[in-house]
Amino acid sequence: MALAGSTCLAAALAICLYGIGASLYGARARRRDFVASGRRAVYALAGMLVVAMGILQMAFVRSDFSFELVSSHSSTTTPLFYRVTAVWSSQEGSLLLWVLLLALWSSAILFLTRRRLREVAPYAAAVLLGFGAFFCALLVFLESPFTTLAAPPAEGAGLNPLLRHPSMMIHPPMLYSGYTLFAVPFAFAVGALITRRLGSEWIRSTRPFTLAAWLFLGMGIMLGARWSYMELGWGGYWAWDPVENASLMPWLTGTAFLHSVMIQEKRGMLKVWNVSLVLATGVLAILGTFLVRSGILESIHAFGASTLGIPFLVLIVVMIGGSIALVASRAERLRSEHRLDSLLSREAAFLLNNLVLVGLCFVVFWGTFFPLISEALTGQEASVGPPWFNRYITPLALVLVLLSGIGPLIAWRRATAANLRRNFAVPTGAAVSVLVALVAVGVTSSLGALLMFSFAAFVFGALGQELWRGVRARRAMSQDSVPAALLALVRRNRRRYGGYLVHAGVAVMFVGVAASSAFQDQRLVELRPGQTERIGDYALTYERPTSRLVAASNGRLERIDLGARLRLRHDDGPVQTLTTFKSYFPSTDPSLGPISRFFEGEATSEVALRAGITQDLWAAVAPDIGRLRPRIDEGDQVFATARELSDDDHEAFLAQALAGLSRSYTDDPPPATFRFIASPLVTWIWLGALLVFAGGATALWPAGARARRPATAAGLARVARELERA
Amino acid sequence: MDPARKRKTRLVVALTCALLLAVALVYTSFSAASEARQPSQLAAAEPGKTYQLTGKVAAGSWRHEGTVHTFRVEDRKGGGPSVPVRYVGQVPDPFREGREIVIDVRRQGAGFEGQPDTLVTKCPSKFTAEPKT
Repeated sequence: MALAGSTCLAAALAICLYGIGASLYGARARRRDFVASGRRAVYALAGMLVVAMGILQMAFVRSDFSFELVSSHSSTTTPLFYRVTAVWSSQEGSLLLWVLLLALWSSAILFLTRRRLREVAPYAAAVLLGFGAFFCALLVFLESPFTTLAAPPAEGAGLNPLLRHPSMMIHPPMLYSGYTLFAVPFAFAVGALITRRLGSEWIRSTRPFTLAAWLFLGMGIMLGARWSYMELGWGGYWAWDPVENASLMPWLTGTAFLHSVMIQEKRGMLKVWNVSLVLATGVLAILGTFLVRSGILESIHAFGASTLGIPFLVLIVVMIGGSIALVASRAERLRSEHRLDSLLSREAAFLLNNLVLVGLCFVVFWGTFFPLISEALTGQEASVGPPWFNRYITPLALVLVLLSGIGPLIAWRRATAANLRRNFAVPTGAAVSVLVALVAVGVTSSLGALLMFSFAAFVFGALGQELWRGVRARRAMSQDSVPAALLALVRRNRRRYGGYLVHAGVAVMFVGVAASSAFQDQRLVELRPGQTERIGDYALTYERPTSRLVAASNGRLERIDLGARLRLRHDDGPVQTLTTFKSYFPSTDPSLGPISRFFEGEATSEVALRAGITQDLWAAVAPDIGRLRPRIDEGDQVFATARELSDDDHEAFLAQALAGLSRSYTDDPPPATFRFIASPLVTWIWLGALLVFAGGATALWPAGARARRPATAAGLARVARELERA
Repeated sequence: MDPARKRKTRLVVALTCALLLAVALVYTSFSAASEARQPSQLAAAEPGKTYQLTGKVAAGSWRHEGTVHTFRVEDRKGGGPSVPVRYVGQVPDPFREGREIVIDVRRQGAGFEGQPDTLVTKCPSKFTAEPKT
């Protein structure tokens, strides 16, 4: 099977090379048959990679340890769901996933545009196949996922326990979908530049892909944040780690593009800017993959001294060089059709929003690459921490949230004083009211948070007002009920109202971020059973220690859990019980004794979380296993002398010994260290993210035939009358 | 003001703002940065200055009493001089002897004091494509 997999990858590489040649020849010689053949090469690539991924997936499901990848990333005790998804926990598997998703998205866009963009599409196909060839070459020559072992082990190393979280398993496909989908507008932008077809058609055709890229990448980022909050045992959701930053940068420029492209569609402006943003987003998506693969920056992720750094660097240099050359040589054709009429206009608001987003991206870029910049300039590697990032990100985020309220309100071209009065009175009133109310109740310790709450109120006021006006106008035409009018309104203009929902979600999310960053209460305490610690309005009592041995579905011992049962009382409310524990997974190091290998392997914290709409109470325990050490060593010695045991007896005695050990932990518990965190409004971050995704999905959903039908003159007149009265 | 002149003024103002922000960014990043060091480069560490220490937790060196952890850190390649570090707080789940860590430290007498919440242990198995020699 491994041979079949390797053959698929080699064939995929050959298909890419053929497809590039056919597409370019077809485009230059105007041979449609070759263009079609190049397009079909993309479909064939997708098919070949589906087969390759299928072979690898089957090897993981069947725990076929003759595959080196399976033996090093899975085991018979790994649950089926994680065995299926463990494929992309490896470098090779994740590269295969990357190119597979690229091939699938490329097939989709080329199929949809098979009768349109006849000049641009062949070049776009060649670019997409170029990416495909690059990744296939890595998989064929440097990082084959189908390497086999001459002597397969009886058991594999297992999936890193830290990754055993549902969101961490869905996170890579989401992130990679985002990265690879951004390759689509990149490829079409290159095609449009080469053919000098720089109108809006390529933008319109690729818009669903750009929006989907933005949506998937955002979902991937949020799933990573949620995993960090729930799994890493530190209680945070963002640490400005290079790998987090790598995914954030293309998302920021992608967001900027989604806004600025509206100005190009409406007014024919910002063509250079837009095409540069698309190209930069494509480069940043590859840069993100490069950062993850090369190990050039210090990160929580030990990506190792991978051999992939140089090829990625070459690809990035080619992409940047090619992009600059193309934009510079087509500058004449990228001239704006109109000029900015006024700084008080929607165009100006969008432009400012773009500058803020690109500014955010630049700050993140500078901070992430500062160790390299510093080493190049001073000869000394140095790095900046979260306080440096926060110093710049906070004010920029404030402006961004405020602009997300201003954008939908302000008129195109030039806003008049009447327009400003009519549209801004209610949102400004909401912002000022919230500001005054918060100051009155004493929320003054963080200016940043105070302003964020006030600006969010502005956004809610603005969006609420827009919705209400839309509903009134709709009802003037149709006499529908309010919910029916609202539904019809959204159906009629999914992009606009989907966008509003995204803005509302962003505001909700930033309120959560501001509150949980500014007003978090955190304790690190050592408690004995029966002792109580107060945090915020909560009283937490360490009731008793817990322990259990967990067997996998095949009956073999998978891990030992040592933890704590906590009693939680909030003010005078009812008492709740929380459980937090640490799971100890056995090491595969043969030099360790059978007992100690359970405590020298990987360990993961399972946090106790009482999530609420106003506050989260988060607790994690670090059991002190020092007191168990003498018994662990003693157990190892006993097993070392009992060499005559059969495998079954060995397993049975081991289970008995470990059960005794875990019992001794609960019978004579040492003090345990607890981290308690009371964070206000963390739930708002996840709710806000859900709103953002719902909005993105609404905007992405194709409009029905009725929605595309133009409005009648009589209908428009009625709406105009109604709006005048509003 | 004629439109062309107005546009030029706007451009100059915008570029000046961008330049000022860029200067602030560069200045603060250099002034707020912690120099990255491995243990063998920490001999001349100045007291009161924060360094980002990168290295491996030396075998047999980790002791802890509640939330107070002491351990020695050696160069990533192993061997060479190691430095003693005292860290108060909860260590990350993957923290072990022999693992690679990154921590902000300050010189405190003969040893180094780890700064709160700065200890990062590298994820040990994901993508460890370290070539086997």
